Amino acid sequence: MKKNIFKLYLPGLFALALTACSSDDNGTTGTKEEEETLVRTEVISNYADVVEANYAQALADAEALQDAIDTFVAEPTQANFDAAKTAWLASRESYGPSEAFRFANGPIDSGDTEELEGLLNSWPMDEAYVDYVEGDETAGLINEEAATFEITKENLIVKNGEGDTEENVSVGYHAIEFLLWGQDNTDPSEKLSGQRPYTDFVDGGTAANQDRRRLYLQLVAELLVDNLQEVADTWSSSYRTTFLALPEDEALNNILSSIAELSSSELAIERMAVALENQNQEDEHSCFSDNTHRDIRLNLEGIANVYNGTYGSVSGLSLADLIEEADADLAAELDALLTAAETAVGATAIPFDYAISDGITSEEGAKVQEAVVALTEFGNKLLEAKTSLGIE
Amino acid sequence: MCLVFISCSESDDYVPLVVEENEELSGGNATSFIFSPDAFGFSVDGLSLDEQITFGVGNSLFNQNWVTAPASTTARDGLGPFFNARSCSGCHFKDGRGRPPAFEGELAHGLLLRLSLSGTDQHGINIPDPIYGSQFQDNSILSVSNEGTLKVTYENITVTYEDGNSVELQKPTYEMVDLNYGAMDPSILVSPRVASQMVGLGLLDAIPEMVVLSYEDENDADNDGISGRANYVYDAESDGFKLGRFGWKANQPSVKQQIAAAFSGDLGITSSLFPDENCNGTLNCDEIANGGNPEITDENLDKVTFYSATLSVPARRDVDDEDVLKGKELFNTIHCSGCHIAVHETGAYEIDALANQTIRPYTDLLLHDMGEGLADNAPEYRASGVEWRTPPLWGVGLIETVNDHTNLLHDGRARTIEEAILWHGGEAEEIKNRFMALDKEERGQIIRFIETL
Repeated sequence: MKKNIFKLYLPGLFALALTACSSDDNGTTGTKEEEETLVRTEVISNYADVVEANYAQALADAEALQDAIDTFVAEPTQANFDAAKTAWLASRESYGPSEAFRFANGPIDSGDTEELEGLLNSWPMDEAYVDYVEGDETAGLINEEAATFEITKENLIVKNGEGDTEENVSVGYHAIEFLLWGQDNTDPSEKLSGQRPYTDFVDGGTAANQDRRRLYLQLVAELLVDNLQEVADTWSSSYRTTFLALPEDEALNNILSSIAELSSSELAIERMAVALENQNQEDEHSCFSDNTHRDIRLNLEGIANVYNGTYGSVSGLSLADLIEEADADLAAELDALLTAAETAVGATAIPFDYAISDGITSEEGAKVQEAVVALTEFGNKLLEAKTSLGIE
Repeated sequence: MCLVFISCSESDDYVPLVVEENEELSGGNATSFIFSPDAFGFSVDGLSLDEQITFGVGNSLFNQNWVTAPASTTARDGLGPFFNARSCSGCHFKDGRGRPPAFEGELAHGLLLRLSLSGTDQHGINIPDPIYGSQFQDNSILSVSNEGTLKVTYENITVTYEDGNSVELQKPTYEMVDLNYGAMDPSILVSPRVASQMVGLGLLDAIPEMVVLSYEDENDADNDGISGRANYVYDAESDGFKLGRFGWKANQPSVKQQIAAAFSGDLGITSSLFPDENCNGTLNCDEIANGGNPEITDENLDKVTFYSATLSVPARRDVDDEDVLKGKELFNTIHCSGCHIAVHETGAYEIDALANQTIRPYTDLLLHDMGEGLADNAPEYRASGVEWRTPPLWGVGLIETVNDHTNLLHDGRARTIEEAILWHGGEAEEIKNRFMALDKEERGQIIRFIETL
């Protein structure tokens, strides 16, 4: 039996010494505690509602994608191929905002289910690991002999990140994206995505091993649903209980730090600034479909959802409300920075590979850089709110 | 809202253990709180925008594979001709710790062999093997045969505690087989080294030298059985000698040189610090295409250096757990803390975010005789064949999360924290014996404490 020993530290004005054997309970008079009216547990449980609603939508959209892929695999036509691509783009619309929960020590990437994020959204991807690429028609797991590599869900999971090589991406959204679009070998100025023909999936059509390609596509779609199902189920059962039982400051810290990290590091730096600096399409998040501009906007939408405590029909007490109460000036500053980030991100050119292709000194590159600056400013300022909220 | 519980018990033989202030902040302000498989990969807070971008680009250079020259990716060509891995992350997967190969011929998981003959050059650098150089590379570009294959075999050794419980240790033997360039010199000295987690390197660099030296006790004047010596190593940039801080034998003076040496030895990528290709006498390397002179530009080397210096340290977990607190107390009582010194203050540093921080790396950065059991018998500068640098313990408890294994020590021979403790000998023999004399619950508490680091 373990006993927890409470932390000894004195944040600012109020620390209460409770002596278990005394009935003297007038220790709170006149402290800051009494002025606090917003109930932090409500912010925390509303966040849990936001997360659950977002993952439920992501799951529903992934199921729709799986249906569209099943339809295409059963009947590989141009129309069904286009419908599958449309469904993939739609599925990113709900998954993108959910990345706001990624750095919050939740089920998506910690605890028993820590592998899920890597199975869902790994990038950048070495395309040749999965299928043929320009200059190598026999590359990839699809073009292996059936005897050498059997395409099953279990085997595809084993292959993801195999050999401690992060670019060995065998499953997830981006593996599906590559199978639907193929490599984007066009010049960014053409503003075209990958041009894989649907006949890659038709027996006797283009490329070899069409049957293995169909099976591969079908199974990665199935795995995507399995993995999202696991995230959604964990959130709506065991992890919700765990989360609501966390000390309030830890829960708030997880909520806040996660969107700060996404805003100023993962999104601004890893997904935008590096690509701009390297002027490299390969550094784009969704480089096959040229959907990176949506990824970026949707990540920011997710940040705003968490900040304002809303998703779809869910709405309640939020981080923004807490900060407003603790430090109105800071809250006003954060609102302005978030709006500025939304404006700057919205002003970046579409597709993203075109926006970055001429680097930071070009007109479009400068707009990307402005968005990077705005996102880092919001993220960094948000971290200051930890002090105001006394949750450091 | 914080509560301080005051115990009302009259019997005062039990003093409740309490958490030290900010004890969980292993890296001071440079601490991160995300405990996912990416736990070793986050930048420290407080970087300027330009620094954050440098970090991001450094990260991409760290992760991306280098390719054989000539290639369309001119920024990343020039791999080899001999190499151990194609990228930094090949050995430091997710900025984490490597492990020995799981089977003969498994490549690039972060264990390599340094080679030397007895004697040193004018800089004190070990004499390389005339054919195989100063490192055994088991991988090569397509047009060239590799040097050979690394083979590790283990022999089990049973260690029994005073309470009768026992633990199996595995003692490794290293062989280089299928050699493609002739027999190895029979007097070759072999030192296995595994890739460590990358966290907090800049913070270690920012500990003032005089602080490190203040822990030296070469002649054990205080009679605690622990000596501790500084290593002084050749610094290529200044063409002089500096305190060694990095590497398993404190054999590198700076983060930059550690990285340039890895680019050279592990990837076959030349830099301004190490401009010579890893060639050998039987190849004509002038005829093998390279990726320019040097293959990694100073600008990119600096970016990878900055990135490596600014990876934050994960915060400790469960610092207030009673078993953890007891484990910490025992760790100090039996004197593990004699070498694994918990707290340091960093001084002024060129990266503002790392300056003047209170950090908890659990190391003294000094060399200690660790006994024959761990010895590689391969000296390096002042480090003898039985000496190793005390490795920092921060991040140790998250290696399993990040890298899916729990291997420890300089060659990954220990499969658990417990095994790692039991390998301690030499100056640590006495301390290990105290550990072995503890009861099972107490041993478990020490291990539990180390798992929270």
